[in-house]
Amino acid sequence: MEIKQLEQLLAESDFFKDLDPAYRQMLAGCGRNVVFRPGEYLFQEGEHAREFYLIRKGKVALQIKVPGRGPVILQTVQDGDVVGWAWLVPPYKRQYDACAIELTRAVAFDGVCIRSKCEQDPKLGYEFFKRFAAVMAARLSAMRLQLLDLYANP
Amino acid sequence: MPIRDVINRAEAEPVLPDPMLVQPWRVRRLVRETADTFTLELQPQASSGQMRFKPGQFNMLYVFGVGEIPISISGDPAQPRMLLHTTREVGAVTRAMRQLRPGAVVGVRGPFGTAWPIEECEGADVVIVAGGIGLAPLRPALYQILARRDLYGRVVLLYGARTPADILYRRELERWRARFDLEVYATVDRAMSGWRGNVGVVTALIPRAPFDPSSAVALVCGPEVMMRFAVQELLKRGVQPGAIYISMERNMKCGIGLCGHCQLGPAFVCKDGPVMRYDKLADWLQKWEA
Ligand SMILES: Cc1cc2nc3c(=O)[nH]c(=O)nc-3n(C[C@H](O)[C@H](O)[C@H](O)COP(=O)(O)OP(=O)(O)OC[C@H]3O[C@@H](n4cnc5c(N)ncnc54)[C@H](O)[C@@H]3O)c2cc1C
Ligand code: FES
Repeated sequence: MEIKQLEQLLAESDFFKDLDPAYRQMLAGCGRNVVFRPGEYLFQEGEHAREFYLIRKGKVALQIKVPGRGPVILQTVQDGDVVGWAWLVPPYKRQYDACAIELTRAVAFDGVCIRSKCEQDPKLGYEFFKRFAAVMAARLSAMRLQLLDLYANP
Repeated sequence: MPIRDVINRAEAEPVLPDPMLVQPWRVRRLVRETADTFTLELQPQASSGQMRFKPGQFNMLYVFGVGEIPISISGDPAQPRMLLHTTREVGAVTRAMRQLRPGAVVGVRGPFGTAWPIEECEGADVVIVAGGIGLAPLRPALYQILARRDLYGRVVLLYGARTPADILYRRELERWRARFDLEVYATVDRAMSGWRGNVGVVTALIPRAPFDPSSAVALVCGPEVMMRFAVQELLKRGVQPGAIYISMERNMKCGIGLCGHCQLGPAFVCKDGPVMRYDKLADWLQKWEA
């Protein structure tokens, strides 16, 4: 029952919607529904990265703890966004915290499960990496703009 | 031409003041908006004085004894007896302006330059993308649109600031956000934990903003790099290049197309701008310090 629901969710998400339905079915087998209350962490810096998340509804702050300043929020993500790619790249360690700032419903995907499916089926692997590459490119471009600190007083 | 006709014509076309003539306006109030930004409220010194302006236009403001600078008009075009100028303190003239007290007199020349295409927006969805102080020249456009809200499709305001403390017109933004006929999304480039709003660049708001790109007109104002990236996102969304308007800034002196100080490619920003259509400017926008 839950897998069918997850398949439907994936079909409606921007990230997975144009993926072959057979692949979506495979991926749904690696996912589970999760809920985070405001203030709860999806993951924290330094942890082993086992999962990534597709946010169904809610808002999550991606933040880094800076000594003497507390956590600095680098970005917020919300409905339809994908969070966390450390599970994809060795040594699979989280580089920042992800903390829910609103009640957040998400699908958590088991990274080991997905990696093994991608190893078995390179086309699925390619489709998957294409999507993550697009997310990473968009984040990198946004990060560059943030680094320029465009609104700073000249 | 018979004398009668000449007189009639003179009546029909009011004589515009000499654009080089400085008009005295009195400071009514100085409102502190953020740590480095303030709004100057000016009233005409003459009881009959007023200034009719269009959203997006600017004035040359002269702080006597210090200097003259171009500042966009940020108030309501329906109130020609009250001039608002939201200004960031960056150097000598803006610093002196910040120190003005109620009753002080400022020299004003204007209004100058092109306006946001409010009439072209009729019947269309309107997407307003503002970064930092770039919200100031867009506020008159929003006032005018909201005054005749029924003429437009969806109206979306996307606003980016540096930090939560740098958000301009905060109370007004909250009022606008509470309206059912206006979508307001704000984001900041950085925030400390505890901030519950969005963090990220303003351009990241464009892909998920609720408007129909095929019928949308976009009005964009902010630092030049931000505008370049915003335009790229709008084009990616499917907004037509000819339906995107940006407001440019260059150093100015005369403000009326005589001195060449504000040249941008083949255009003079004071006369052919500041509001320009993206497709007419695209080639020049990519060139460094064109
Ligand atoms: C058409 C137009 C509309 C404008 N509208 C507004 C407005 O509504 N509010 C507002 O605060 N400013 C606006 N500006 C910018 C404003 O004119 C300048 O900030 C002002 O001239 C600076 O004068 P100053 O003597 O205080 O600083 P200066 O001593 O001239 O400069 C101090 C520092 O600020 C930098 N600087 C100067 N001008 C700019 C600029 N345009 N952008 C970024 N950095 C600059 C200089 O490079 C220098 O580092 C507008 C400019 C134009 C051309
Ligand atoms: S400022 Fe003199 S030509 Fe524009």
